[in-house]
Amino acid sequence: MELKDIIQPQNRVYKKPALLNGNHMHYCPGCSHGVVHKLVAEVIEDMGAAEYTIGVSPVGCAVFAYNYIDIDWVEAAHGRATAMATAIKRLSPDKMVFTYQGDGDFAAIGTCESIHSCNRGENIVIIFINNAIYGMTGGQMAPTTLLGQKTSTCPYGRRVDLNGYPLSITPLLAQLDGTCYVTRQSVHTPASVRKTKAAIRKAFENSMAGKGTSVVEIVSTCNSGWKMTPENANKWMEENMFKKYPLGDLKNVDDKKEE
Amino acid sequence: MAKINGAVVVDTERCKGCNLCVVACPLNVLDLQKKKVNNRGYHFAYMVEAEKCIGCQSCALVCPDACIEVYRVVEK
Repeated sequence: MELKDIIQPQNRVYKKPALLNGNHMHYCPGCSHGVVHKLVAEVIEDMGAAEYTIGVSPVGCAVFAYNYIDIDWVEAAHGRATAMATAIKRLSPDKMVFTYQGDGDFAAIGTCESIHSCNRGENIVIIFINNAIYGMTGGQMAPTTLLGQKTSTCPYGRRVDLNGYPLSITPLLAQLDGTCYVTRQSVHTPASVRKTKAAIRKAFENSMAGKGTSVVEIVSTCNSGWKMTPENANKWMEENMFKKYPLGDLKNVDDKKEE
Repeated sequence: MAKINGAVVVDTERCKGCNLCVVACPLNVLDLQKKKVNNRGYHFAYMVEAEKCIGCQSCALVCPDACIEVYRVVEK
């Protein structure tokens, strides 16, 4: 069979979601943000929710998310995305509201807002990208940085006596009564991408069903900050990040009802 | 037995040459251009062994820039 016979519109099985527009993304080559943007666009498109979805973009690498996905966006102050999402959801309960935050935004400067909005059980979705580093500002140490990991502000590796322990915030949130679905996923292999898409879909559906806050943590790579090639960054993540941040569902209220 | 023919089309101007699709491909169909670059100077991905492709979408799923379209035909 000739290549030109295969490449026909009726044979197409995968294409860029229409909501992800043609703007060239500013992310470094191999950055996990691009995959997650694509999944968010796909899920919103599959749900037919483009008209009533409002995203809250953070400060961090994903600050320009509003340039790439054609839905309504609001830009929040650093760390305050969940507070802003709370206000939007309370004023317009029929909208699907989600925040898209990195670890510096969600687990460092915005810890207070993050924990309290989850504790209040706001019907929002939090997509939390955890790459264990401040990527945008040049690879400084974040609360989520692993012990021994080298960053530009801890060039000899993170030490307990000086810097304390890495913060794993998602299990904390799973203990709160307000959250309905807390999961930790990754996007480094085709299978994990499919799982993450299902998790994001479930989180969005929970938000519209009014079940509470859904948190989808995505353990990601920052190959520029980690000073690795994209494929080595994926390997390093599998070997080191997954020990501290194991994948899987941490809480799902639907499971409890079935038991 | 049904034969599966696949093909991918790479949006070469969007591609950043991160190599993740090359690693994800189970049949080593893809590779990065050795000498050619796109307008931004990236060595973009292309099908080096097009006849092996089965259209499994692995490359497209892991692509951070959504620059891969996948086509698939099942011959019976």
